[in-house]
Parts: sequence; C-alpha cells; structure tokens
Amino acid sequence: MSDGGNIHRIWVYLAETPLLWLTATLVAYVVGDTISAACRRHPLANPVVIAAAILIAVLTLTGTRYQTYFEGAQFVHFLLGPATVALAVPLWRNRARVAANLVPMAAALLAGSLTAIGTAGAIGWALGAPPPVIASLVTKSTTAPIAMALAEGLGGLPALAAVLVVLTGVLGAVIVTPLMNALGVRDYAARGFAAGVASHGIGTARAFQVSEEAGVFAGVAMGLNGALTAAAFLILPLFF
Amino acid sequence: MVRGLTLLFLCQLVGEAIVRGFDITFPGPVLGMALLLAGMAAFGRTGPALDDAADGILRNLSLLFVPAAVGVMQQMGLIAANWLAIAVAVVVSTVVTLIVTVFTFRGVARMQARMQARRRS
Repeated sequence: MSDGGNIHRIWVYLAETPLLWLTATLVAYVVGDTISAACRRHPLANPVVIAAAILIAVLTLTGTRYQTYFEGAQFVHFLLGPATVALAVPLWRNRARVAANLVPMAAALLAGSLTAIGTAGAIGWALGAPPPVIASLVTKSTTAPIAMALAEGLGGLPALAAVLVVLTGVLGAVIVTPLMNALGVRDYAARGFAAGVASHGIGTARAFQVSEEAGVFAGVAMGLNGALTAAAFLILPLFF
Repeated sequence: MVRGLTLLFLCQLVGEAIVRGFDITFPGPVLGMALLLAGMAAFGRTGPALDDAADGILRNLSLLFVPAAVGVMQQMGLIAANWLAIAVAVVVSTVVTLIVTVFTFRGVARMQARMQARRRS
C-alpha cells in the first residue's frame, strides 16, 4: 500500500475517535495561551479567539462537521458545569472582602444584570430579530451552561446562546481594560465586578490576567449574575 | 485533587437532580455552587483537595469556552441572517452593562462610605 493510503487509513481511524479533536482542542488552546502570554496578555490576543480560529480553519480544511468535532471536544465543554460549582471556592475564600462590599455589589449586580438582559432583548427586538434569536440573546451575559439551559427554557436555541455567550465574553474581555482606563476607574474590585457581570467566565479569565483582586470580584460577579439571571427568569413568568 | 473534583461533580449532580426533580428552569451547576458554599459555611473551611481542584479548573477557565466558540461555524447561517441585530445587541449591551455596573458599584460604595463617616462623627 502507498504512503498516501496509509495516511488516509490512519486519518479515517483517528477521525472517528474522540481523541483526535479532544487533543486538537488542547493543542489549539496551548498555542492560543502561548501567543497571549508572548503578547503580554494584550486584550486583543485572546486565547479563546486564537484557539477557536485555529480549530475552525482546521475543521473547514479537513471537511469535518462540528458534530464530529464536538464528540471529542465535549469532554472539555462538560467541565463548564463543575467550573461553575468551583466558583464557590474563591467566593468563600474572599468572603470578608465580599461581605465588606455587599451593598455596592448587590446594587451593581441588580443594575448590571437587568441592563444586560433589557438592552440585549430590546435592541434585538427593535432590529427585527425573530423570537428564538431574542430568547438566545437575553442570556448572553451569563456563563455558557446557564445561558444554554435558560435559552432552552425560554424557547431559544442553546447552540446559538452558547455562541452569543462566547462573543459577549470575548468582546467584554477585549474592551474592559481600555474602557475602564478611559472612564478613569482605578478601583480593581469595581472593574473586575463589571467584567464578571457583563462578560462572565471569559471576562473573569481576563480579569485574573490583570489583577488577582479584579479576578476574584469578576468570579463572584459571574456566579451571582448566573444565579440572579436564572432566578429572574424563574420568577418573572409568575407575574405575566 | 480527585477528592476535590469528586466533591465538585457531586454538588453539580445533586443540583441537577433537584432541578430536574422539582421541574424548575434553574441551572443545576448554580444550585451546585450554592450547595458547595453552604457546605463550606457549615464546616467553616475548605479543604486542600477542594482548593486544588477548584483552582486548577478556574485557572484554565478560558479553555472550557473553546468548544462553544468553535460552534460559531455551525451558527454562521443564523448569525448572517440576523447579523445587524446580533452585532448591535452584543456590542451596545456589553458596553452599557460594563459602564452601568462599574458606576453603580463605585457610586454605592462612595455613598456607603459617606454614611458610615457621618454615623461615626
């Protein structure tokens, strides 16, 4: 058999196991993270964007469907659930600082969470997006597993909701540092908290790159916003 | 590490079971987080195994979003058909949310500090 035939045979075998795309996801992330570190964590060199761009290029070039890719990548995606549970740990560890800022946090959480839901829904509706797209838009500032579960319950599309969550997260992670500098806000607790409310885990990952304090408040904000958004959509239907 | 991970999975499992059992539209992992927090409050501490597992998973939080981000390629049609609404909604909503959140936080913190100062004087 020719070498080309051998390579084809190996490809056919590998393409059918979860190992290939699981490994590809990890490799793409390591590349993205290395580039991000080399750019001294510049907001534009976002590791999620770089990794996703590499993977989309590879999937397109090899004619691989997303479903096939996800059979391998699901093991990484699955960890979003335990990661959400894990947020309880930094929350507990920083309970003294969190307790000292309880009132500003509660006010900022309520204002920010309702702003995120309200503006996304209103703009989507005003610009003529169909109801399933609007239902997938309103959960965009919560973390992926929460947004997907909520979008499904609201008649949205979980897969689209996950993508909008990522777009929101990446955008927030990219703009939070220049925006806060332009606004002259130097309080890293407030900056991190805003990043967590507006852009969940990806904003939180960015906040941890900037400062430990910002990261902690972002993580707390992300967890609280997930809980509040979920609770809001649980309670709101009772009034309509 | 394994003990910590087991605890995280266990909390999520109980959370999911309660949510499904009572048929409520609430994310199981968030309930799991609340349960873990309640557990730590009850025992008054975390353990080194739980610390390791939680720190390890949270340090690489970005990685966990990669599969969902790759999902952009599957939603291209829907995004292209509604690109204006989606782009404006995501950009404006995210910027406004950041600004509203940070100024509410700062404003209320300053107000609180002023009230505490007045109470002391």
